[in-house]
Amino acid sequence: MTLLSIENLTLAIQGTPILHSISLNIAAGEITALTGESGSGKSMTAFATMGLLPKGTATSGTIAFDDANLLALPEPQMCDLRGREIGMVFQEPMTALNPVQTIGAQVMETILVHKAMTPEQAETRARDVLDRVGLPPDRFPLSRYPHELSGGQRQRVVIAMAIALRLRLLIADEPTTALDVTTQAQILNLLKRLVKEDDMALMMITHDLAVVSDMADTLNVMRHGEIVESGPTAQVLRDMRHPYTRQLFEASRHQAELGSAKADAPLLSVQNVSRDYPLPRATLFGTRPMFRAVKDVSFEIRRGERVGLVGESGCGKSTLTRAILGLEPVQSGQITLDGDPVWQDGHPNLNVRRKMQVVFQDPYGSFNPRHRVARLITEPFHLLTDPPKGGERDTAVSEALTAVGLKPEDANRHIHAFSGGQRQRIAIARALIIKPDLIVFDEAVSALDVRVRAQILDLMADLSRAYGLTYLFISHDLSVVRSITDRVMVMRAGEIVEDRPTADIFAAPNHIYTRELMTAAPQLPDFPEAQDAPQPAL
Amino acid sequence: MLRYIVKRLISLAISLIVASVVIFVVVEIAPGDPASFMLGINAQPDTIAALRTELGLDQSKLDRYLSWVGGMLIGDFGTSYTYRTPVAQMIADRMWVSLPLAIYALTLSTVIAFPAGIFAAARRGGPGDLAVTGATQLGVAIPNFWFAMMLVLIFALQLRWFSAGGFPGWDKGFWGGMKALTLPAIALALPQAAILTRVMRSSLLDILGEDFMRTARAKGLSARQALWRHGLRNALIPVLTIIGLQFAFLLAGAIIIEQVFFLPGLGRLIFQAITQRDLIVVESVVMLLVFAVIMVNFLVDLAYAAVDPRLRTRT
Repeated sequence: MTLLSIENLTLAIQGTPILHSISLNIAAGEITALTGESGSGKSMTAFATMGLLPKGTATSGTIAFDDANLLALPEPQMCDLRGREIGMVFQEPMTALNPVQTIGAQVMETILVHKAMTPEQAETRARDVLDRVGLPPDRFPLSRYPHELSGGQRQRVVIAMAIALRLRLLIADEPTTALDVTTQAQILNLLKRLVKEDDMALMMITHDLAVVSDMADTLNVMRHGEIVESGPTAQVLRDMRHPYTRQLFEASRHQAELGSAKADAPLLSVQNVSRDYPLPRATLFGTRPMFRAVKDVSFEIRRGERVGLVGESGCGKSTLTRAILGLEPVQSGQITLDGDPVWQDGHPNLNVRRKMQVVFQDPYGSFNPRHRVARLITEPFHLLTDPPKGGERDTAVSEALTAVGLKPEDANRHIHAFSGGQRQRIAIARALIIKPDLIVFDEAVSALDVRVRAQILDLMADLSRAYGLTYLFISHDLSVVRSITDRVMVMRAGEIVEDRPTADIFAAPNHIYTRELMTAAPQLPDFPEAQDAPQPAL
Repeated sequence: MLRYIVKRLISLAISLIVASVVIFVVVEIAPGDPASFMLGINAQPDTIAALRTELGLDQSKLDRYLSWVGGMLIGDFGTSYTYRTPVAQMIADRMWVSLPLAIYALTLSTVIAFPAGIFAAARRGGPGDLAVTGATQLGVAIPNFWFAMMLVLIFALQLRWFSAGGFPGWDKGFWGGMKALTLPAIALALPQAAILTRVMRSSLLDILGEDFMRTARAKGLSARQALWRHGLRNALIPVLTIIGLQFAFLLAGAIIIEQVFFLPGLGRLIFQAITQRDLIVVESVVMLLVFAVIMVNFLVDLAYAAVDPRLRTRT
């Protein structure tokens, strides 16, 4: 039976149209997914249902919930529905909880604000519901604070808060996007279980087709504020009647054309490297205990090779990356590039620094917004003893921009004028401009939409083939690593547990942890029509 | 939590020691010999020498530093060079004016700033917000002695509700004393309230944009409930910092207001002592003020920990 029925929902914020006549139905006990790229209107559909739209939003159409039109309901009645009948879980668990209140107080608040129980009953219920989401009271008492929990545990608290009173509709907005694959799998299982046990309806918003295919009963593909295709998930993924659905699907399993790796002489060599961090003192005047983030790691990368480094958050991959880039000293072992140490006599070795560059995840945050592109991408020139000047410099800028698929004229624009994908191209141009040997990509495509991501991966592959570049590609996303590397290293708790050619590792993972990672990663189904992709996706 | 307090106490003690050395050294290198200043320009050299011995100025610097610090620890601040009375007594007399004035002014500024800041933040961009923000701009821009003169003109000279200055002393009754401090406290509080309102407003606005405020709304809290239950406590940290700084300022920085209202406070005492080269008074008052500032900061640190559980476990 239909629980929520959205009819012709049109929405504009400050006059800018966001949604165009959206219609969809959700029944109790059913998982309905909204998928599409950023800006497609997925989240706004959710906020409209919650009645939490930003100021200056104009809406038309109806959102019927139990015969009540949520769009027309006065605010006090919406407050009464929120948390009691309709709840919501958000993307960023690290910031979704109030840092100065205990988790118990926050779960109980959902119950108490609706005056559903006495405070004593609410406390018992809070304990029960935390237990239900996998936080048993003996290990996670109500008196815990959010900062004492991991991201996955916090997301469980957020879910507990949402379902503390028996909800009839839960909206989950990218609930696992910020989490590691194994944690993601657990949270997705939890959501599925809750839907089944409570006969609750779930509106699941995600950009990840693999998550959707595994989970949703009904699939709605959104683009530019419209639903372009909808129906039972299996059927939509099998038929893919709308070209956009097919594009999304193919981009998700995109395999970049790498060409064969040249792999001659060793370029980067990491020998028995360990990296310690001091922890807080256990006693007031005691010595500070050390945490070993990287444990005796050794590997080599040959010139022209494209190597992936995967692992979950906290496994030490970022620490290792900083050490390779010569940003921090190591406690033991040595890192050399082309035979020269990256860190020498207590400071980074500039001769080595100019041979490697890095591209970070957030293309906007890594640029000074007040500088023009020409200045931004020539930043690495300060590493050179004799940087190009005048016309030579302009030529270098034009060449770099052309190489990443932008126009030389773009040199005079500011960074805010570019889209996310273009910004990442600029970041790559900045890395290319001093013709480095090694480029480190640190989660460089994680923030991009699938289609843009596919294009950037293609660009990386083209550049590697054209210039014989060596890549170290750091990511938590197995499917991305698979599409752009020759060899993969799997890191866990400061150690590299598996280091083999990409094709081998994905065909038959040796280490149990690698297997765990692969099982946890949601997979796209293999429909016969879609097999024109170069390799079956993960 | 205990570790947090102990650590703060250790840093408090170190700050005090460093401050005492700095104060002593700075006052020592200031030009002017107290003995010759006290005896006038026609004094005989042997008279001056005798007075120097009497004041202890002929001892070594280290001895003088140690006896100064040692004396302060047991409440003996020495004897004023100029007035020949115990410094401790002089400070205590002035403290009975300055401390109540500072607390009075700080209470007023907090009582004004909290509601005004919350009101403005809850109505961001609306007419109420604009009015409050405009008023705070005026409050920050106008110097407090101008406020003081306006208050005297209106409430003392025109309406005759308060006297224009002076302090009757607390022995004439609590309310009489409070009444005499009211106009100075208001003059001191208004600019501070303006600053505090702005901090409160911007701090709350930052918090209102946080993800957990949206989570609170999704639970069914109204916008107002979310603000009071989740916004306020999180917004308090920067506000507490400013309150701590303001208290220290109000205690010693009220000198102009003390002059306008003829109040016998600490500010005037230190001003007179400096002009008369009464070094022992200068050193002691400054040290006392440093002590007050450091204590207030310690209390602010404790207040942080009370507000924010993350600080209790972090080191």
